[in-house]
Amino acid sequence: MKREIVKFLLFAISVMVAPLIFKGGYLLNVLVFVGIHTMLAVGLNLLLGFAGQISLGQAAFFGLGAYLSGILTTTYSVNPWLAMALAALTVGILAFFIGFPILKLKGHYLAMATLGLGIITYIVFNEAVDLTGGPSGLSGIPNISLGTFVFDSDGKNYYLIWFFTLVTILLSLNLAHSRVGRALRAIHDSEVAARVMGINARLLKVQIFALSAFISTIAGSLYAHTMTFVSPASFGFNFSIELVTMVIIGGLGSIYGSFLGAAILTLLPEVLRAFQDFDIIVYGLILILITMFMPGGLIRGVPTGLTFLLSWLKRSRSANA
Amino acid sequence: MLRLEGITQVFGGLTALEDISFTAKCGEITGVIGPNGAGKTTLFNIVTGIYSQTAGSVFLGERNVSCFPPEKLARLGMVRTFQNIELFGQMTVVENVMVGLHTKSRSGIFSCAFKLPGHLREERIIRERAMHWLDFAGISELGPTEASSLPFGKGRLLEIARAMALEPRIILMDEPAAGLNSRETVELAALIRKIRETGVTVVLVEHDMELVMDVCDSILVLNLGRKLAEGTPRAIQENPAVIAAYLGEG
Repeated sequence: MKREIVKFLLFAISVMVAPLIFKGGYLLNVLVFVGIHTMLAVGLNLLLGFAGQISLGQAAFFGLGAYLSGILTTTYSVNPWLAMALAALTVGILAFFIGFPILKLKGHYLAMATLGLGIITYIVFNEAVDLTGGPSGLSGIPNISLGTFVFDSDGKNYYLIWFFTLVTILLSLNLAHSRVGRALRAIHDSEVAARVMGINARLLKVQIFALSAFISTIAGSLYAHTMTFVSPASFGFNFSIELVTMVIIGGLGSIYGSFLGAAILTLLPEVLRAFQDFDIIVYGLILILITMFMPGGLIRGVPTGLTFLLSWLKRSRSANA
Repeated sequence: MLRLEGITQVFGGLTALEDISFTAKCGEITGVIGPNGAGKTTLFNIVTGIYSQTAGSVFLGERNVSCFPPEKLARLGMVRTFQNIELFGQMTVVENVMVGLHTKSRSGIFSCAFKLPGHLREERIIRERAMHWLDFAGISELGPTEASSLPFGKGRLLEIARAMALEPRIILMDEPAAGLNSRETVELAALIRKIRETGVTVVLVEHDMELVMDVCDSILVLNLGRKLAEGTPRAIQENPAVIAAYLGEG
């Protein structure tokens, strides 16, 4: 328990200090995205890593958050904070009711249904031109402000977004090590045994689906107010897949793993710019290698790899001596 | 305690069970036996809410619980174990039993996420109760072990400890001795008797005749989906129809 708190504090401090090292610039902008993606990945991990239920439609909730915040604050001049709360509650409740029929499905069928959800939402973003601005997007979304303080730079937004991300991480960690977390993992390992233990698997799956939609929506609102511009391209099917990849690469069922996955998948394309036209190939190759050699994700694979490397070094040294 | 009336189950064109009626008496150990394909596991799956029967009723005490889902039956005091043990492999042994205490605790998503004081107190109590049940099954030293790394025999004991954590009125065990060696089977028999001593009604499906004849107070024999006989172990052993079914003379 104590160790968990220390771990979280160290993580939070590193997050706070990071901008001082990178001193603004382009990388800071990337780190803002790492924050948003971490939030999304952690939200999805609760569903995918803990409850074992796939969603290929997370981008839809992310997009709904961004558009609802965007539309409410521009067209209806609602306060951004209020817009964020309204969006998250509306989408959370919506997801709860959609969840009942959808989460009856299992495996591939659930993947298809959530995929459909994502595609329908994407079409609405494109076609409801009067509301969303269609393919050309929605611009002029105001920055979030706190009193007279406006979050209008990467530096300021970094702290705003990472505040929400850290809160998400902390609450998810608490949830993971609790009665509800155990029930979710029980459903993952054996749904029938979980039900025999008196767990209402259906209700719990729907609740966690709604919670993960709620988190994604907040991330969407934050995204909209940071970018001040949204367009459908950011909320397509590709992005849903990318989120699933983050969770799996990082490590299913590990909250910090989701951060690692989000960080790698956000930073990698930037680093791989050096390969120019071949970047997408190298990117794919790295993902394949990680999944092949670290089936438990980076969070479990890296420590195992390091201990293996250390013992190998030790052995080769003693062989030489 | 548990009463079945005219249970019939048809899968497509196949009648797996036909008009089964029987009663498991309160505080007794009842065995369900029969050759392969007799419908024992199907009967279990119907009683515990995994399947819905084609016809017939299940009563728990005076209450008609036909087609109740397993999570509802759990709250009414019915629990089961599985032939191929269904453990929560990624969790530790003690966490497995803590899941068994799900119905004994109430913390929801909100109080868990925000670590409200009531939740912390509840966690402590749950952990203590879980250790008590591990102790009951004689595996308290395995608490921190990951469940998937347990040998089969210990896994079986864990599954029973987890089921007992619900403090059920009735426990149904699907082939508890399957995969156990003879020493483990003797330990299992002792544990089953110990469960009866706590006042819990036990029903078990079993192939191990020695175990069944040893621990059961009464026995139901199924053959080809029908009830063949019912009675004390002694009466069953001498029943010509049962002998014929087992030796294949029928």
